[in-house]
Formats: sequence, C-alpha cells, structure tokens
Amino acid sequence: MSSQTLHIWSAILFVAALAVAGEVLIAAGMRQLGDLDDIRAHSGILGAIRAVLTNMKFVVGALCMAFNFFAMLFALSIADLSLAAPAIASLTYIGNAIAAKLFLHEKVDQRRWLATGFVALGVALLAR
Amino acid sequence: MKHKLKPSQYAVLVAIMLTASVGDSLLSRGMGQVGQVDAHHLGLLWHALFNPFVDAGIVLLIGFFACYTAALSWADLTFVMPATAFGYVVIALLGRFWLHEQLSLSRWAGIGLIVCAVGFVAGGPSRTEHHELDQMDSGVGR
Repeated sequence: MSSQTLHIWSAILFVAALAVAGEVLIAAGMRQLGDLDDIRAHSGILGAIRAVLTNMKFVVGALCMAFNFFAMLFALSIADLSLAAPAIASLTYIGNAIAAKLFLHEKVDQRRWLATGFVALGVALLAR
Repeated sequence: MKHKLKPSQYAVLVAIMLTASVGDSLLSRGMGQVGQVDAHHLGLLWHALFNPFVDAGIVLLIGFFACYTAALSWADLTFVMPATAFGYVVIALLGRFWLHEQLSLSRWAGIGLIVCAVGFVAGGPSRTEHHELDQMDSGVGR
C-alpha cells in the first residue's frame, strides 16, 4: 500500500469514526431524555429545546458531528469524491450498527444486520 | 417496549428522508453557483451565505437535525439509520424523473438494496429492550 493510499484511507476512517461517535452520543443523550413529545407536552417546546441543549452527551455528540463536517471537507480535498463519499457513508452505517450494539445495547438482530449490510452496499452502488 | 409508531412519528421519519435529501441537493446546487472553495478563497464561504439555494439548504438541514434528534428520542439508532439512507433513494429518483438523468444498472441495484433494507427494519420494533430503557419505563431512571 502506498503512503498516499494509506493517507486517504486514514482520513476516511477518521471521518467515519467521528460520525459514529457523534451519532451514538446523540442517540445516547436522546435516550436518556426520553420521548421528546412527552417533554414538550409537559414543559412546552422551549422546555424541550432546553432539555436537549443541556444534555452533555447530546452537546458532545453535536460537536463531533460539526467536527466531522470539517474533517469531511479535508478528506474530500485529498481523496476523490467518488471514493470518499460512499466509503465514509458505508463505513458509518456499519460502524453505527456495531456501536449501537456495544454501547447502546440495542438488540441488533439478524434483520437489522442484514439491513445495515444492504444499506452500506446500496450507498456504495448509488455513488458509483 | 414500543412497537407501534404514531402517525406523527411516521411523519417525522418521512420528514427525515425528505429534508436530508432535498437539503443536500439545494446545498450542492448553491455551492455549484458559488464556486470552488479552498484555503486561499475562504472568503467565498461568506459569499455562499447570500446564495438563496445555500440558505434554503441550511434551513432544511436544521429541520433534518431537529427531526433526527426527535426520532432518536423514541426509536433505536439502528431503526432510524435505514430511514436516513432512504434519502439517497429520493435523490436518485429526483434525478431520474425530475432532472431526467440516466440511472445506471448499478444505481438501480443500489436503490433496490436500500428499499429492501428499509422494508426489513420497518417490519420490526422501533425500539428494542435494553436495561437502561426498562429502568426508564418503570420510572426509576427519571
């Protein structure tokens, strides 16, 4: 593997890892809060927004997503869009499923693994 | 454990699919008009804020983030993910039937796979049992 290829794939992995960290933290934060509809019914839309924005996991997750956006711009500047975009999207979907099982303890059954694989492959095919 | 979604929750999932795909398309169209931004032309980013397509795209993507966050408050991450992926299908179909782009065989295959994935997950529960949630349901975690 040439150093250029290694460089490109490290960037792709880094961007996907940031996306997974961001999405899992946001999901964990929202799970901690519970159904937003209930919070809104109880303390209004402003109360719901306040509850979300004061949740640490959500805030750190959102920061990861913002950082991911800029890291993505950097990755796209060194790799071709036709390689980077589908690779990052596919790896993010698979990483999310693994992280959801490990950290969020979601029951990722056969049906969901299959769906994750199909999505990852489908996105890669669509972006060709 | 919740299996059934309310009509308003289906509406949120549809909004996720539409806002993400249309928002991305608008941003891409707007940035195409603004021109290529690199380290020497960072000022163009400021310029981009005055492009109506970029503005509309940003508004839709903020809406997407709000809907996505709301969905994660009542559904699993692995349930919401295929719904967000369906946005790619919407973009491809918009390209085919609205912009009259030609879709290659591999793109049709990609569309088929994502549609199947959404079908698999939509038939299952939106939230699976896990310890933390059981505690919350019984009121201990609140």
